[in-house]
Amino acid sequence: MKKFLVFIQKEFYHIVRDTWTMIILLVLPILMTLLFGFGISTEIKNAKFAVYDPSHDLATQKIIDKIKTSDYFTLETYIDDPADIETIFQEGKIALVIVFSEQFYENMLHTGDAQILLIADGTDPNTASTLTSYASRLVASYQQDQMGATGMPPYQIHTEVKLLYNPTLKGSYNTVPGVMGMILMLICAMMTSVSIAREKELGSMEVILVSPMPPLLIILSKVIPYFAISIVNFTTVLLLSVYALEIPIVGSLFLLYGLALLFIFVSLALGLLISSLVDKQIVALLISVMGLLLPTVLLSGLMFPIENMPLLLQGIAQIVPAKWFIVAVKNVMIKGLGITSIMKELVVLGAMAVVLITLSLKKFKIRLD
Amino acid sequence: MLRYLIEKEFKQIKRDSFIPRLIFMLPIVAMIIFPYAANFDVKNINLSIIDNDKSSYSQSLIQKVQSSGYFRISNVSDNYSEAMESVESDESDLILEIPLNFERDLVKYQKADLMISANAVNGNKGGLGSAYLANIIAEYNGAIRMEHLKIVDNVSIPNMELIPLYRYNPTLKYEVFMVPALLIMILAMVCGFLPAFNIVGEKQSGTIEQINVTPVKKWTFILSKLIPYWIIGYIVLSIGMLIALLYWGLEPLGSLALIYFFATLFIIAFSGFGLVISNYATTVQQALFMMFFFVLTFIFMSGLYTPVANMPPWAQMISNFSPLKYIIEVLRLVYLKGSNLSELRTQLIALISFAVVFYGWAILSYRKTE
Repeated sequence: MKKFLVFIQKEFYHIVRDTWTMIILLVLPILMTLLFGFGISTEIKNAKFAVYDPSHDLATQKIIDKIKTSDYFTLETYIDDPADIETIFQEGKIALVIVFSEQFYENMLHTGDAQILLIADGTDPNTASTLTSYASRLVASYQQDQMGATGMPPYQIHTEVKLLYNPTLKGSYNTVPGVMGMILMLICAMMTSVSIAREKELGSMEVILVSPMPPLLIILSKVIPYFAISIVNFTTVLLLSVYALEIPIVGSLFLLYGLALLFIFVSLALGLLISSLVDKQIVALLISVMGLLLPTVLLSGLMFPIENMPLLLQGIAQIVPAKWFIVAVKNVMIKGLGITSIMKELVVLGAMAVVLITLSLKKFKIRLD
Repeated sequence: MLRYLIEKEFKQIKRDSFIPRLIFMLPIVAMIIFPYAANFDVKNINLSIIDNDKSSYSQSLIQKVQSSGYFRISNVSDNYSEAMESVESDESDLILEIPLNFERDLVKYQKADLMISANAVNGNKGGLGSAYLANIIAEYNGAIRMEHLKIVDNVSIPNMELIPLYRYNPTLKYEVFMVPALLIMILAMVCGFLPAFNIVGEKQSGTIEQINVTPVKKWTFILSKLIPYWIIGYIVLSIGMLIALLYWGLEPLGSLALIYFFATLFIIAFSGFGLVISNYATTVQQALFMMFFFVLTFIFMSGLYTPVANMPPWAQMISNFSPLKYIIEVLRLVYLKGSNLSELRTQLIALISFAVVFYGWAILSYRKTE
């Protein structure tokens, strides 16, 4: 047992004495959580808009005021010539141009020919459709104000919108569970496989193998430090998301850690499997990045919704472990659901863990003999 | 001298099994597969409907929602908790609850309530989905109002037409947004990562010592390392643009020369950054980690996925130091809007400054190691 502890200690020294490894292990998770949390934000505020208003009357003024004073929009400039609309878009600073028809107020009251064009910069489709729908809602509320000038607007349907789980529509609610999956995958699978491959490459694996330690314990001593570090990382990300990103943990913390443990087992097994297949650090690194990190970033639903992808990619996504982990974390952490809601995910991850661990141990024994 | 060194580099690249494959695989994978996966499109929103009223009004509202094309009715529930279950299991994204006596209240008391609940874990889908639904209801409301007031008559209704137009991307395709930016991602990979790894690789294997004892000047050596990757950068960019044209049907509205001009500035700036990294790293692994660290920050602060304007102010400050932000802006502006040089002054100045700063830094940090 004492020998075993010495081996673990040796592994820790490997990690602690390499500055960049330390930075990757401890700082990268923090950086990633903050980048994904703040860098991807679908929450629109102060979008810049321009106005072309040939009418300059009571109605257009009121509508502009209404839009200008909302939190979503900031009035950047008035345009005098419709030809300027193109140039202003080409400078890339304006997201929306509002164009009123001539004699707007007159037409609005009498002929019904009043027109508002909402020209959005369609290069960013989501921002464009969000902005036009916000602007239309503001115009509609002006219309209601007009009708309601003498009391309640007639035949009014009041729509109450309730945004469940994430009332302020923060992007981070969607990305943080994914970041957890990515970091655990990175630390457990990539770092483990690289560290074992390094010993092989440097030839020090031989030295360890001729020691009286049983091979299984040697592998365990390699894995345990990364296991410990990933628990630390998981805790760091949780703390950051609660205190920096202000995402509350609604569900059971206990269940969340259980889930993380299961996912860590899967990732460690993947790391061991990779290291049993390769002899060089750089190959281990490339396989981890191409085979694990990239699918985790692209196909796990970390950022991009899986249901939007073509069927082939959706199929591949099913075998990405992080996909199941992320769904389960969202259910527990953000929706606050219990264990029954994540049974399917637990079973899939459990099965993955069992298969991968048996596979990697089997492979390893062959090599060690 | 430079010619022979470049020849050496090209021989090395050609005999490497990895890089020649990368030159063709990278643009294909990045430009064809990536836009399918990196898709924030909001479509096929699953809607759960609770119709407590079951009146002709509620039916016609549901009809209208269905025909809008945004929604797929995933289930019809009898009560709210049943609908909630379908949201919890991710079966539906939105719930529309029509209360009992909806029609009666609207006709008799001239006001009625509706409730939308949206699963906002994915803020994008929840927010846009509920906004779409609210707009459809408002339209429906307008139609009903017109119908009734016409009967009553002689009430003046302020009436206007709202026409949303999506300039540059009328059908709001998400690929249009991603493809020009992805061209830059592959450029950054080829012109930033590869030379950095290459130089560190020479350090690690000790062959840089052999170069150091020859009369080759440092800058000649560096240039011989960079030029091949600049050339590969142009090749990769051109392949990428060809894929954009043939596969996605995206043709740059602006001038091709302008794209290559800005790409050159970016290539120079970013390979300068790669040099800085290679000066500080001693192993390829270290270089990879450092690049990973910085490039990740650059990408997320660049507005690649969501607009920089949505970020908190401190993050917007940081984003000014990401060279990727400027070049992605340029590519999107030139590709999609046909902007010309005079509209891209800010980006021009920024990219030139990046090039100067990174090269200055690279040269300064190189002297020390000599």
